[in-house]
Amino acid sequence: MADAAYKVKLDVFEGPLDLLLYLVRKDEVDIYDIEIGRITRQYLEYLGEMESVDVEIGGEFIVMAANLLYIKSRTLLPVDLQGPVEEEGEDEDPRWELIRQLIEYKKFKEAAGNLRDREEFAAKLFGRTPSAPAVDGGATLLAGEVGTLDLIAAFQRVLARIEKQKGAAREIEADRFTVSEKIEYVLKILPEKEGLKFEELFAGQTTRSEVVATFLALLELVRLRHVHVEQEGPFGEIMLRRRGLAVVPEQDLANLPGSAAPDGNR
Amino acid sequence: MTPLSRVLEALLFASDKPMSPAECVKHLKGAMEAAPENGDAVALAKCRPDEVASALGELASVYEAEQRGFRLIESGAGWKVVTAPDAAPWVRQLFPENRPSRLSPSALETLAIVAYRQPITRADLEAVRGVNVDGVMQTLLERGVIRIAGRADVPGRPLLYGTTEFFLEHFALRSLDELPNCAELRRVELPVAARPEDQPVLPLDQAPGSHGTEAVSPSEAVLVEEAI
Repeated sequence: MADAAYKVKLDVFEGPLDLLLYLVRKDEVDIYDIEIGRITRQYLEYLGEMESVDVEIGGEFIVMAANLLYIKSRTLLPVDLQGPVEEEGEDEDPRWELIRQLIEYKKFKEAAGNLRDREEFAAKLFGRTPSAPAVDGGATLLAGEVGTLDLIAAFQRVLARIEKQKGAAREIEADRFTVSEKIEYVLKILPEKEGLKFEELFAGQTTRSEVVATFLALLELVRLRHVHVEQEGPFGEIMLRRRGLAVVPEQDLANLPGSAAPDGNR
Repeated sequence: MTPLSRVLEALLFASDKPMSPAECVKHLKGAMEAAPENGDAVALAKCRPDEVASALGELASVYEAEQRGFRLIESGAGWKVVTAPDAAPWVRQLFPENRPSRLSPSALETLAIVAYRQPITRADLEAVRGVNVDGVMQTLLERGVIRIAGRADVPGRPLLYGTTEFFLEHFALRSLDELPNCAELRRVELPVAARPEDQPVLPLDQAPGSHGTEAVSPSEAVLVEEAI
């Protein structure tokens, strides 16, 4: 296939419908007048082109190819030989289902364009306090709440610190830490009044298994509502605070899912 | 300018979050309670939300007509003062670290379908777009523009998605009705994902009195998402 117009990267298309729309537009035909033989040929040529330049073709493009061939085969047969219809409403024109899908898709593609313009416009309006950059789901949280992603990010920073400290020489981790031990530890070091920074919780801890156990203990305490985690605005410091009750009931500790020592390498 | 307009202007200027007419009324009443001897406060406390709403609308058109450096807009949660769009190149200099974060074309396409056809299941979205939407949905959920709106009352009880208030804010829209072309697009007959349905739903499956959707709290929903 020598047509230079086809040499567009496949990944510029959002899917098989997008590619079909492009082919229809290129031919300047009305969607309602799609010539199924012609468009099927172009579509297959396009996929072939992509394969020859080693672009991985998504499964949905193949499904559409099969669908196009099926429609084409039906249109080739005289009506009385077309066999029983598979689905209701398919009896008039086998192209109809595809045409309808293309038209719907086209409408929403245009709507997406409108949204793009709208987004462009909205980005030019600055409020009294500019809204926080929406990078991490923080948008759905109330001020002061900590998102799961923030917590995971903070935990990963602690883990990274430990990996760095470890250096080249690998030590054998003889110590085993249990979550319930660490729950007692967290409750012990968490001051009565003022809070504790998330990072401070892991001060002096040098092994991965100990950090993991401490983190699990923290999650457990949050779940049991003994500890409250909050953050001063996006990207702010994550603070841990006590929620009144200082003693964890025995049965809660006993029911811990991860009471056993966590595997350090998990 | 009427006393009401002046007070509303001051309130919105000082507020760091959008305010609905009802909230403005609350503050007008609060001022009267704090200073019952102040005749102006007593007079303004009589204003109803609809009067406040129309005063806000007038204020917005005054700013527009006078070509001020700021505007009054209504989006999502209420009214707020923002800078004029044509001042953006300069205002942007104030916040160099605050890069506008735009959605990708595939995210916008998916979001458009959710916006016009909510609540909608993932399978129905895929039927319109013709591609898998898992990754895109995750992005949209993380960006806070869509949320889980419940579960569809069909076999498998798939999750339903809808847009959030932040969606309206991100696109500076007053309401979903302000989406361009909304009357037509909401009526569009969508291709529906093939389902093993059209078999009668087992009565066991239905909780008593649950019709249509069932609320799922956003936090729970995110967990569900991650589990998938």
